[in-house]
Amino acid sequence: MNKIYSVLVENRSGVLSKVAGLFSRRSFNIDSLVVGETDDRAVSCMTIVSSGDERTLEQIEKQLNKKIDVIKVKTFDEHAAVARELMLIKVRYNKSNRRDIMENCEIMHAQIVNISKSMMLIQICDEPENIRTFIAMMKSVSIVEIARTGTVALPKCAD
Amino acid sequence: MTGSDAMARCLQKEGVEVIFGYTGAAIASFYESLERETQIRQVLVRMEQSAAHMASGYARISGKVGVCSVTSGPGATNLLTGIATAFADSIPLVCITGQVNSDMIGSDVFQEADIIGAAESFVKYSYLVRRVQEIPQIFKEAFHIANTGRKGPVLIDVPQDVQEAALSRFSYPEEVHLRSYKPTVKGNTVQIRKVITELSRAERPILCVGGGVFSSGAVEIIRDFAHRFELPVVSTMMGIGVMPSEDPLYFGMVGNNGEGIANLAMNDADLLLMVGARVADRAVNRPDLITENKVLVHIDVDPAEIGKNVGPTIPLVGDIAHIFRELLNEESIAKVPVNHSAWLNDLYNDKSKFKVKTQSSDPAFVEPAAFYDALSRLMDDDAVFVADVGQNQIWSCRYIRVRSGRFLTSGGMGTMGYAIPAAIGAQMAAPDRQVIAVCGDGGFAMSMAELAAMRQEKAGIKIVVLNNRRLGMVREYQHYHLHDSRAMVVLEGEPDLSLLAKAYDLPYVRIDGKSALDRELNVFLREHDAAILEVMIDPDANTPH
Repeated sequence: MNKIYSVLVENRSGVLSKVAGLFSRRSFNIDSLVVGETDDRAVSCMTIVSSGDERTLEQIEKQLNKKIDVIKVKTFDEHAAVARELMLIKVRYNKSNRRDIMENCEIMHAQIVNISKSMMLIQICDEPENIRTFIAMMKSVSIVEIARTGTVALPKCAD
Repeated sequence: MTGSDAMARCLQKEGVEVIFGYTGAAIASFYESLERETQIRQVLVRMEQSAAHMASGYARISGKVGVCSVTSGPGATNLLTGIATAFADSIPLVCITGQVNSDMIGSDVFQEADIIGAAESFVKYSYLVRRVQEIPQIFKEAFHIANTGRKGPVLIDVPQDVQEAALSRFSYPEEVHLRSYKPTVKGNTVQIRKVITELSRAERPILCVGGGVFSSGAVEIIRDFAHRFELPVVSTMMGIGVMPSEDPLYFGMVGNNGEGIANLAMNDADLLLMVGARVADRAVNRPDLITENKVLVHIDVDPAEIGKNVGPTIPLVGDIAHIFRELLNEESIAKVPVNHSAWLNDLYNDKSKFKVKTQSSDPAFVEPAAFYDALSRLMDDDAVFVADVGQNQIWSCRYIRVRSGRFLTSGGMGTMGYAIPAAIGAQMAAPDRQVIAVCGDGGFAMSMAELAAMRQEKAGIKIVVLNNRRLGMVREYQHYHLHDSRAMVVLEGEPDLSLLAKAYDLPYVRIDGKSALDRELNVFLREHDAAILEVMIDPDANTPH
């Protein structure tokens, strides 16, 4: 089972390592971890995706709440959230597959943001699942390197 | 005023009476300020780990925060085991470490260690002081965090240049404002009412008390509650002493090393109130099975403990003393039957079936059960009894009878060498009480350097060494599980304790199987000052099962 934890923390040095250390210390999985400032410079938001059984996922929330630098923890499922990931992927192309790649980019709403005679750099921002699909599509081409941000997510709007 | 002066003032403002530690270049400035600016007693330990254990013994008896302070690098890393020990038992400590100059941090200079990083997983919180102006705020927060909610050690790492920096104005904050730290004190009313409903329904209710009862200062209210509703009580190792051992409602310690009747009572109960206990592996063998035949109410100040090892029927988060006051204030409490004599009678009948067979050991040695029986009879009613770790701890848990005193031990971490330093700390919190430390010959060897600290501070603790010339707990484990192997468990080359006692100018008493146990024990216990008692134990003696 997967859960997304949106964790507001004090924006202090060492907080990232305290939170990451909690996961390794208690053998919790980190599928992805993203951190960035919020509108308040004193507060950062960490988005952590983790997986495990129900008891583990509940313990993660409780242990996060115990950390004194943690201000608030929101836990939600992927379907209850808007989740996005940004990926940059560099592929090698040739005359024969160039067209295919461009078509795939079009289908997946990916953009070619940089290009040379033999390589192109594609940017895609989408739900985590579509990122995985896009990687699978590109595997038939020659992938040079990939950089992913990991998932950021917020719960869907509710009045 | 310097940063060090400010640190000293902070301790004064917090009402600190004694600090345990070891100096070094990176903390010397602080100790100099402390001596110049305050009356706080400085206790020089002989190895840094003991500083945390002494602070722990002090904290557990005084009810205040224990304070220890050591230098950077090896001083700080030596302290780690002590910090981890306090963390495992939720003992409130403020640990102050010196650190190398701020501009040197990260460059691997002499005596530099990343103690904040190293201690992260067993401190409640930690601070690296970057600017001298932060000192008052950080100290105020550290004492608050250590001694509220689920208590525990807080580490403050202070670079040498910050200690020496000038501070123009000192003002100690009156209050702490931490938006991210607000421990729950009050219990949820709905949950409290559910507990009362279950209590009034239950035919075989039982209380299982843990160390949290002491942390919360809830001993009296728990005793009253148990008596008012005639509830049988069992305890974890950390909960020993919540009920007087001879209270008819008390059935002993649960767990692998616990009393058969205590385990039976907990298993047979239809309602289990788990109070300030973690449901850890040593106390509950199969936590997943515990709710099969009973309603489990789990009361703890730490929400993360509830559901960690066992899913309770009714979770109840808050301060134990507060919650029990709320329970007693509820109107519906009147519906709870105050008589459980059928259930109690069953337990009394079963209890007789669990008579421990006294092992017939070599007559040259003292039978552990007989020794503890005599000690229990002859020690003061309000004695502080500190058990070390190993077979001596199990015998202590099973046989010592606590009356109005306390039982201390390293429960969670099981740190050998805890008893002597913790007893020294306890003695400083209660100078007029009898303090007895019991350890094996292994634990004694680990901590005997502190005999010097004990002498220097004129701490009159009574040290009992159960000498079986073995690391007995492991010998016993190997006996049952590893082909009776003697690998790494034979202690040879130990000093003659009578000569060692003489070297420290301490009275020494030795008891073997032929000694007049009561008489010799009385001689030892009536010594005005500190004393060492060596008790000869059969190397093959096992703990009761």
